[in-house]
Amino acid sequence: MSDTIVDRVEKAPLPTIRPWFGASSRLWIGGLAASAAWTAVALLTRLWPDTPESDWAQTGGLAIAFGAFAVLLPVATVAGLWSPMLRKLQRSAPWLIVLAFFFAAWEAATAKLGLLPMPFFPPPQAISEVVVDDWARLAESVVASVRLLAGGYVLGAAIGFVAGVAIGWSRAIGYWIHPVLRFIGPLPATAWLPLAFFVFPSSLSASTFLIALATGFPVAVLTWSGVAGVNSAYYDVARTLGASQSFLVLKVAIPAAMPHVFVGLFMGLGNSFAVLVVAEMLGVKSGLGWYLQWAQGWAAYANMYAALLIMALACSGLITLLFRLRDRLLSWQKGLVRW
Amino acid sequence: MVATLALRKDRHPFDRAAARGATLDVRDVSHHFEFKGQPLPVLQRISLHVRAGEFVALLGPSGCGKSTLLRLVAGLEPPRFGRLLVDGEVVEGPDPSRVVVFQDPTLYPWRTVWSNVALGLEARGLLRSHRERVGAALELVGLAGFENAHPHQLSGGMAQRAALARALVNDPRLLILDEPLGKLDSLTRIAMQGELVALWQRAGFSALMVTHDVEEALFLATRVIVLSERPAHIKAEVVNDRPYPRRRGDPHLAELRREVFAHLGLDATW
Repeated sequence: MSDTIVDRVEKAPLPTIRPWFGASSRLWIGGLAASAAWTAVALLTRLWPDTPESDWAQTGGLAIAFGAFAVLLPVATVAGLWSPMLRKLQRSAPWLIVLAFFFAAWEAATAKLGLLPMPFFPPPQAISEVVVDDWARLAESVVASVRLLAGGYVLGAAIGFVAGVAIGWSRAIGYWIHPVLRFIGPLPATAWLPLAFFVFPSSLSASTFLIALATGFPVAVLTWSGVAGVNSAYYDVARTLGASQSFLVLKVAIPAAMPHVFVGLFMGLGNSFAVLVVAEMLGVKSGLGWYLQWAQGWAAYANMYAALLIMALACSGLITLLFRLRDRLLSWQKGLVRW
Repeated sequence: MVATLALRKDRHPFDRAAARGATLDVRDVSHHFEFKGQPLPVLQRISLHVRAGEFVALLGPSGCGKSTLLRLVAGLEPPRFGRLLVDGEVVEGPDPSRVVVFQDPTLYPWRTVWSNVALGLEARGLLRSHRERVGAALELVGLAGFENAHPHQLSGGMAQRAALARALVNDPRLLILDEPLGKLDSLTRIAMQGELVALWQRAGFSALMVTHDVEEALFLATRVIVLSERPAHIKAEVVNDRPYPRRRGDPHLAELRREVFAHLGLDATW
């Protein structure tokens, strides 16, 4: 068979696309567009004068911060050629552009045009001012909140887990604990607040109890349903292989129930945030909840937004941490819910 | 039970030991379940004897109580009437010398293949001293190289092989097989029937298998026991003395198959 021109063309090796160009062209465009958007925000903040009656001390500083971010983006883009971790950030380019527009609109509507009523809607520079000036108190509040939350959550999760396993495993224990759980569990933990604050010796121990209660209920119920729902064939297998009762609990029932346990831990974490903030607002004299209450009392709305922002970051961070832990422990499971 | 695992180092752990298989005596066993407050009889006066090293297949219509009989032999449930004896001792509970391979592999999804196979040794605290048996069992069933896989990554045949390895690692004297190949595709099934025979011949355990595949029963077993509809009683016993390895096309097996079908009342379509 002779080679026709067509054959020869078709057999010719395809031109190889240079990988660095193909892989990074979208990165370049996204990174540069985001950088341009943030440059625009920086210029808008810097060059457009604030409303005459305002006294924002940090307008210039914020403009520099926006500008620095705008410079950082192309740097990160270039660095992304070498670092696969930075390259992953290219997915966030559309978000960064939208965020730039959001900041521009916020800046214009508050500091520049004064469209939104003051002092309820402060401009970004007022919030950054709070973070810069009041960071010590904010950090102190974060530490206090995390400490209180960690104590209550760990206690509640541990007790809830043990109770859930016990109810799921032993009919006798279930007989006694189950009705208590059914009667008290659905009650919002915050309903105990007035009682807890005079029964417990300190507001800290009272709040720890409330957070533990809020965490423990979902953890106990879901652990229990996890243990009760274990495929009985798993037990048959282990029993024919000579497993003891403790082996059945520790090596069969608990690992099999772990996906449920994590749902409970997740729900308990959400509950514990709510109780933490309420407890801090109503009794504990520290923490982000207390800071929020305090800021509102002084009509320091910028402080309130700053505290809310930090709280959102902290809560989201803790949930992320929990999901990371689950992904590590339950890597054997298919189709995990992403966070 | 530890004594059964006492291994001589100069021998491969799965080579046939002299008369290592257990004897099983089922003496006049009847069993029923409670169903809506009424007793639902499942087994009716079953008596059978499995000699050491024998491969006995229980064949019967589905739902007749075959699997219940296996659960009684395994010691997972006590019989309502009658007695079960293994090597002359009454069965009072599960024992690792009598291991069950179920129809579903029931591997623990959170454990790797290796740790699934190691389960029995771990449960009895023998993992440290008999660690090498896990790898040997995996090799025996052709799963070497899959130690770190998780069960969801295995095909049905591979999962059932892992379940078989999990049983064999305990060096059972009586292997109880509850339709172990029932859910596999027909090609995998035929391949694994051959492997099962080879394993049984090599390791020398006694085997009691439930199946409703007549060909499978005749290809594997030295004796086929035909059970009736529920409540199950023994209808017939077909001795199959064809030598191993057997040929599926063996005309003698076809003859036996006709006989078994007749006992099952299914010979009209023959």
